[in-house]
Amino acid sequence: MSSTILTTIICLSLLAFLSAVILYFVAQKFKVYEDPRIDEVQALLPAANCGGCGFAGCRNLAEAIVNSDSFEGLNCPVGGAAVMEEIATILERTAPVSDPKVAVLKCKGSPEHRPRTSVYDGAADCRIVNSLYIGETDCSYGCLGYGDCVKACTFDAIHIDALTGLPLISDEKCTSCGACVRACPRNLIELRKKAKKDRKIYVACSNCDKGGPARKACRVACIGCGRCQKVCSFDAISIVNNLAYIDAAKCTFCRKCVGECPTNAIIEINFPPAKPKAKSEAEAVQA
Amino acid sequence: MLKTFPTGGVHPPENKLTAGIPIEYLPVPEKVVIPMSQHIGAPANPLVAKGDNVKIGQLIAEGKGFVSANIHSPVSGKVSKIDTAADSSGLKQPAVFIDVEGDEWVEGIDRGKELVRDIKLSSEEIVKKCFESGIVGMGGATFPSHIKLNIPSGKKCDVLIINGVECEPYLTSDHRLMLEKGEEILVGVSILMKALKVEKAMIGIENNKPDAISHLTTLAASFAGISVHPLKVKYPQGAEKQLVKALVKREVPSGRLPIDVGTVVHNAGTAFAVYEAVQKNKPLIERVVTVSGKSLQKPGNYMVRIGTPLSWLLEAAGGIPADTGKIINGGPMMGKAVSNTDAPVVKGMSGIILIPASEAFREVISPCIRCAKCVSVCPLHLEPYLLMTLTEKGMFERAEAEKITDCMECGSCSYTCPAGRPLLDYIRLGKSTVIRLARQKVLK
Repeated sequence: MSSTILTTIICLSLLAFLSAVILYFVAQKFKVYEDPRIDEVQALLPAANCGGCGFAGCRNLAEAIVNSDSFEGLNCPVGGAAVMEEIATILERTAPVSDPKVAVLKCKGSPEHRPRTSVYDGAADCRIVNSLYIGETDCSYGCLGYGDCVKACTFDAIHIDALTGLPLISDEKCTSCGACVRACPRNLIELRKKAKKDRKIYVACSNCDKGGPARKACRVACIGCGRCQKVCSFDAISIVNNLAYIDAAKCTFCRKCVGECPTNAIIEINFPPAKPKAKSEAEAVQA
Repeated sequence: MLKTFPTGGVHPPENKLTAGIPIEYLPVPEKVVIPMSQHIGAPANPLVAKGDNVKIGQLIAEGKGFVSANIHSPVSGKVSKIDTAADSSGLKQPAVFIDVEGDEWVEGIDRGKELVRDIKLSSEEIVKKCFESGIVGMGGATFPSHIKLNIPSGKKCDVLIINGVECEPYLTSDHRLMLEKGEEILVGVSILMKALKVEKAMIGIENNKPDAISHLTTLAASFAGISVHPLKVKYPQGAEKQLVKALVKREVPSGRLPIDVGTVVHNAGTAFAVYEAVQKNKPLIERVVTVSGKSLQKPGNYMVRIGTPLSWLLEAAGGIPADTGKIINGGPMMGKAVSNTDAPVVKGMSGIILIPASEAFREVISPCIRCAKCVSVCPLHLEPYLLMTLTEKGMFERAEAEKITDCMECGSCSYTCPAGRPLLDYIRLGKSTVIRLARQKVLK
């Protein structure tokens, strides 16, 4: 009886030793060298795998960063400047300069401004509505309100406002990964440069129709009248296809265009409400 | 046993309310809007300018693209503007606006009612005439007909199939046309046979139109090579591939066309339009539109000039009933809801259906229970539940591998789904996305 146990132990031990030897040589033969810095860089990245950098996931970006000589075209919008700084220290390079951005919705068409002209009862998906017809209002450019951007956001930064039926983007949670920009079938979301105190001035409309039809479809549509362009002292406003656009790089937040807009299509966010002060500011800039 | 296609299909309530109502010529409205995009393919280029006087039948826009078609003025009058106009989906399309004045026709159009049987033109001249007259598939797909008459080199056609199936519920425009213009259609079929150089033509008609079957069978006796075949009632038999399978038992492979199995399919309405173009020199300027609905006052089949506003047509049919929930352009299975009743009638519009609110609603969507009813009704051997999920999840490569582009959007899956899932909505989206991605890949 004991001899059986002994034979088993010896046999198994021999087998184990033999396998270990084979595995050792195989491992040596097929060894793949991987830069240890890739793991380090990956550990610094947010691990959200959101795709905001243009790669499938954080690991792919880490590989691309380590394997390239510069940071050109490689940036983690979610981690922002702080993370890129740390990565640069590991790789002994200078960190890229990138402006933090935030997503904004270029539509203000709530039901009070943009009357409903039809009722849609199909699948709740903006892409489907957009492929079927103009949407529940007469504006063929505006927000459809079925929340493709909400579904696309992995950071819980977007929610549909029950009152306006439009998505609300949280400045704190938005990482400017751009998933919503890609998800919106009407290209209504733009990543704009973040300013001090989260201040924003932009044209909250995307309607390229001429003034008459645009205004008819929505009371707060940009009618392309050009008054904002004339009043802007910094050449920040351009008008293409009956639609004004404010260049965030040139805008100084003087707020002159906001008051000038006849349809209130230009909105200001996070500014102090005091109107007289705004005037004096504008005058100061002019002086 | 009546012929039909073997796999899938459904049998929705037929509701052919207007089958017994003769075609009525609708008066010309005061203003018409002619969209430049009435065919698949690139919009036609307008040849007229603001202020020009046009006559009925005058060429007003030229189809330049490969699958574009010419457009002729359906009225006489003055061009008031060239601008964009909202189509029945509310989307803006380039269009020519004409204010109607008088009733002047272009010279050379034979407006007489007598039948012209002798075909004087040669095959090439017929194809050219179809192109010049702006003939497109009248069944709804609006594919320019002259392309289907040009058989690509290396391929051979031995039988022409004429689609008189009209499998969509409610629609009766082809049915009435076959009854009232039977001889004209048969001459049209002979013209198409001559153009294609085939000896044999088969007309497929579903068995719910016995009057049309017996009428055409009697008439066809005096036309060489044309035979009429009754078919079992089953939706979507009017689809090209299903009709070819039902009539000649040939399977059109995935991604191929009927010409690859030696057949060409044309609609009965198209045959009539071809007759008018070739024998009467009359371009495509009007068509039969079925206006139907359970609570509509005066449903019927109307011969309408292209460009007539839908509101004008609906007014003639007794106005929009108060209980209307949805207005549908086309049949209830494949048609699209109309959101703008000022939109004009176009070449591909076979019917306008007004569904009462009590019937026009969507089921509450519940989870898929994997009952596979959609799989068993799909005439193209696809798995609709899978294609929907793949589109929802954005897995377009897999959807392409599952042959999403084979889908002809007949809607049998959505019709049969006990969980009320919007299968077709998602499949349509997936299909268009897959096609777009494939195009981008080619461009790269």
